[in-house]
Amino acid sequence: MRVIKKIGEWFDHRLQLAAPIREAVEHPVPRNTASWFYVFGSAALTVFILQLVTGILLALIYVPSAGEAWSSLQALNHQVALGWFIRAMHGWGSNFMVAVVLIHMVQVFLFGAYKFPRELTWIIGVFLLLMTLGMAFSGQVLRFDQDAYWGLGIGASIASRVPILGPFIVKLMLGGPIIAGATLSRFFALHVFVIPGLLIGFVGLHVLMVLKLGINEWPMPGRIVKRATYEVEYHALTKKDGAPFVPYAIWKDMFFAAFIILAVAACAFYFGPFGPTGQPDPTIIQTAPKPDYFFLWLYALLSLLPPSLETPFLLICPPLVILGLILLPFLSGEGEKSWKRRPIAVITVLMIAITLGTFTRMAQFTPWSPHMNAWSGDPVPDRYIHGTTALERQGALVFQVKQCRNCHSLGSTGGQRGPTLDSVAVRLTQDQLIRQVIQGGGNMPAYGNNLSPAETTALVAFLETLHPTTQRPARDAARDLVLTDDQPQKSGTQP
Amino acid sequence: MSTKPVTAPPAEASLSRRGFFMKLGILFNGVAAIVLALPIARFLFSSITRGRGNGYLSWVGLGDVGQFPEGETRLATFRNPMVMPTDGKTVDTACWVRRVAGDQFQVFAINCAHLGCPVRWFPQSGLFMCPCHGGAYYRDGSRASGPPERGLFEYPYKIENGVLTIDAGQLPTPGDPVASMSSEKPPCA
Repeated sequence: MRVIKKIGEWFDHRLQLAAPIREAVEHPVPRNTASWFYVFGSAALTVFILQLVTGILLALIYVPSAGEAWSSLQALNHQVALGWFIRAMHGWGSNFMVAVVLIHMVQVFLFGAYKFPRELTWIIGVFLLLMTLGMAFSGQVLRFDQDAYWGLGIGASIASRVPILGPFIVKLMLGGPIIAGATLSRFFALHVFVIPGLLIGFVGLHVLMVLKLGINEWPMPGRIVKRATYEVEYHALTKKDGAPFVPYAIWKDMFFAAFIILAVAACAFYFGPFGPTGQPDPTIIQTAPKPDYFFLWLYALLSLLPPSLETPFLLICPPLVILGLILLPFLSGEGEKSWKRRPIAVITVLMIAITLGTFTRMAQFTPWSPHMNAWSGDPVPDRYIHGTTALERQGALVFQVKQCRNCHSLGSTGGQRGPTLDSVAVRLTQDQLIRQVIQGGGNMPAYGNNLSPAETTALVAFLETLHPTTQRPARDAARDLVLTDDQPQKSGTQP
Repeated sequence: MSTKPVTAPPAEASLSRRGFFMKLGILFNGVAAIVLALPIARFLFSSITRGRGNGYLSWVGLGDVGQFPEGETRLATFRNPMVMPTDGKTVDTACWVRRVAGDQFQVFAINCAHLGCPVRWFPQSGLFMCPCHGGAYYRDGSRASGPPERGLFEYPYKIENGVLTIDAGQLPTPGDPVASMSSEKPPCA
């Protein structure tokens, strides 16, 4: 023991780190911050370290070359012992990291921890969030498969919309005129050197400030933050009702850190690694690229925004959101910390969570995307053909062959880009159906040039049968006037 | 006389002397920084400067005119004119060739004018459909529906010795639809 102590003293005489470390370890924290609500910051750090370790392990096999990256991932999945597991850990770790960082941010926001004097800690936190998202996107690119390839195309298409500078940004981003070897290499440099380097530096500053300024006390309704008095009050609080960080508070951090690592490992083990999907070969066009989980909301947004709003939205909103986050501690640096007295803060968080959650959910079944194989894969359900005339059956065939099914569902199969047509005859009269088919409109292409009059007649005859037995098809009342009253009305033919 | 400078107010004199050298040192490092920054900037932005004035574009062949039947739209592939050793398969690009009639063609980029996903041709309904966000185009490339704000990007083409040739080499994007910004009108024979 004496020898170990001697060696320790030898090192500390030269490093002089023991005193500051002891100070950091023993610094008093308010007793009520030893809470499970306060574990997400250290959890984010834990996952970050996990990502560094698994990332370095992957780099032992991975080849950042557009020609070989995909096969090196296949080797990791199938040839190298437990390569699949390390890939899965890194992939799931990435999802966990984004999630934990977001939860940490929400907690910090709702607990008013961004207020004086912790404004800079929050701002650096905002940059840490952006870098985490940057890591998530660049990581998806390194999994150089079809999704990565076309995802880069989407990124380039968005970047190109920046006025004047757009084309230059695209070439800078791609490292050349097209998505190719140079593109992957520069995303590799970003993902492995640039962003992690910045992350390490910023995380260091972030943690240092937490130590220097003290962890945010548990917010009490009515305890108002004032610049003039806050720091004195905080020190009085830690003196009166404080406890050393180690071991009083840290054990919860340690438990949660272990829990997070085990959770990542469990997900990695049960669900396995992400992809890679098909080869990044641009001549294979039978693909429907989709972004990773944390960008799904953006995918939904880009589909649902009106075309004219899209570019302004893409170019104006992200800077505004980032600016808003940075300005937040300056706009409300004082005042109430407790979420119980900040209803607007709570509603804001709920609104954002519900919006992002809804978009993410929608992006999982992409109602806006045509089902490219529905016309050949999803037949018209028999009950819609049962007891129909020859003309109507011919119409069902036209409906199938002309790919109407790719966008319109019948009997809950087929695309959902356009309205479902199970009861279209109730909504539209014969004239309206003909007009809609021939001229299109309301986001439907015009089929006038692609249907012969006979095909249109058959198609509309079929569409007119699509109504529930309990509901009559729509009819034009004005037309009825023209016809004689005693003429028998045409009724639905569906049994 | 010779001792006078030594006996002169020592603190200030030496400080300004040191101060001068420090400023000189900063200046010297500034020069070094510029000497370093220029080649770094040149290197970093080479992908932009090289492409100046359509520098990335050149004429590439898509194949014999005979393999594109009149009135039909077929998938064709070409190799990007600029190739780097590590590019792998990414330099192979697809495009849609529509032979309108005779020597009159339309060559569309595979990338949707919305966000660049690969559009697919459906001859039965005469539509190009995009699997990502649901953009659709008519057979002549004009916008039919969905989020795209314009029609499909078109490559300028010409026919050389019976081979259909297009002016290509750069990813067309909504902000830089290079494929349709032909330097000259396509020579229709």
